[in-house]
Amino acid sequence: MTGMNDVPNLSPGPEVGPPTTAPAPEVETPAMAPASEVKAPATAPAKLILNLEQKVSVRNLKFYYGPSLALKNISLPLYANKVTAFIGPSGCGKSTLLRVLNRMYDLYPNQKAEGEVLLDGVNILRPEEDLNLLRARVGMVFQKPTPFPMSIHDNIAFGIKLYEKLPKSELDDRVEAALKRAALWGEVKDKLNASGLSLSGGQQQRLCIARTVALRPEVILLDEPCSALDPISTAKIEETIDELKENYTIAIVTHNMQQAARVSEHTAFMYLGELIEFGVTAQIFTSPEKKQTQNYITGRFG
Amino acid sequence: MSDHIVKAYDKELEILGRKIAEMGGIAEKMLSDAMDALVDFDTRLAQATVDSDPRLDLLQRDIEEQAILTIARRQPMAVDLREIIATIRISGDLERVGDLAKNVAKRAIKIAGEMNLPRATIGLRSMHESAAILLKEVLDAYAQRDAERARAVWIHDADLDSLEDSVFRDLLTFMMEDPRNISFCTHLLFVSKNIERIGDHATNIAETVVYLVTGETLPMDRPKGRNTLSEAPTTVV
Repeated sequence: MTGMNDVPNLSPGPEVGPPTTAPAPEVETPAMAPASEVKAPATAPAKLILNLEQKVSVRNLKFYYGPSLALKNISLPLYANKVTAFIGPSGCGKSTLLRVLNRMYDLYPNQKAEGEVLLDGVNILRPEEDLNLLRARVGMVFQKPTPFPMSIHDNIAFGIKLYEKLPKSELDDRVEAALKRAALWGEVKDKLNASGLSLSGGQQQRLCIARTVALRPEVILLDEPCSALDPISTAKIEETIDELKENYTIAIVTHNMQQAARVSEHTAFMYLGELIEFGVTAQIFTSPEKKQTQNYITGRFG
Repeated sequence: MSDHIVKAYDKELEILGRKIAEMGGIAEKMLSDAMDALVDFDTRLAQATVDSDPRLDLLQRDIEEQAILTIARRQPMAVDLREIIATIRISGDLERVGDLAKNVAKRAIKIAGEMNLPRATIGLRSMHESAAILLKEVLDAYAQRDAERARAVWIHDADLDSLEDSVFRDLLTFMMEDPRNISFCTHLLFVSKNIERIGDHATNIAETVVYLVTGETLPMDRPKGRNTLSEAPTTVV
């Protein structure tokens, strides 16, 4: 069995992903804030919705790409077993925020987070946090499908084997369960030994979701999971998200406003590294409180 | 709200708003013509009122089609979505106002020959005045996106309700005085009901305008009857 040291590979990490996904924020940042300016403007704290359990609590989070401040004092919750959508124009920091939630940024030099991100009450930004374990608890799916160049079965079994030694029959059960969860089982059950790369884009993306789900994470981060997919595949992924939230806490970054309105319970609107508005999705999309939110979602952004 | 990145979107919303304004104008005119025809026994004016109804129906259809197309094309959000839903709802209410005014006009034609009691329409005239003001106010509130003005209409519909009560009592008295009055007084009873309903549609529109502007819905229970009059914060008249 592979040693624990190799684990970063398994939550579909940036090493395996196409270069477009992970490093992208560096390209965006220069536009965000003047390099010297590090003061944190007073970002409106997210209004808390009572009676909901917070799986993740982001508190006063600041994030730096080198000297430039990309997230300016963000505070918001991710509620347990709910879908939270992040919307905002390019460069607003939503992908950056997602990358903080499983410390994906740690893989790059000169990137630094300040503040707290509590996962079940424990700050994951602590230096002693076990990143391998964290990334197993907080899984991530990227914009472009990133299947491993191996069979469909192995794409999923690979990650499981890194963590657990299971008898083959049990492993097969886990693979099947994960594929079912990702609404892919029916389409691939007769060709589990075919290459993951032989699948269509939408199927590949669901394979990546299955791979993430197979590790039984607690939180799933989706970074524009449907932006490269056709409407049918998109609908299937959205159906998958609906089913997944029974067991997982989900955060999704999307540029598709209707998608955010459809799949999420809560929505955060970000702009230039600030959280402008956080609230119940139904309200954000029918009568948002902030003018900026309204301008963005109605297509009036100047 | 003319500042979308896509200019054609602004255009679509603007056209919808303009058609509502046109419907409002026709509905107002139909109501006042129908009442004039009733009071003056003017069957020609009554017939003209009946004839103008199809235009209103056509406009309503137009608005619905345009609104559905816009929803399909633009997937409107927030204020735009409320805007479009408001046009659909208001056009429905105005179309009904037209139907009710048309019904008043038809009754005007029916009773023109037999009506011999001019004072029987006095109460109806003040009901009409009150309804016409509600309708005008609420259409202005829509045009100016003024939630406060709409809220005032919503409150003041109670005036119309209590006027209807007194018209009902008057007409009942006339009928008891002389059985020959029964036929046209019955028609007039329906007319009062129609005007009262026009007031209800004005309050529906008022609710829609408040929703359009604020995103909030007004409470289910609207003030009713006479006792609320003194509490009304502003006067419509």
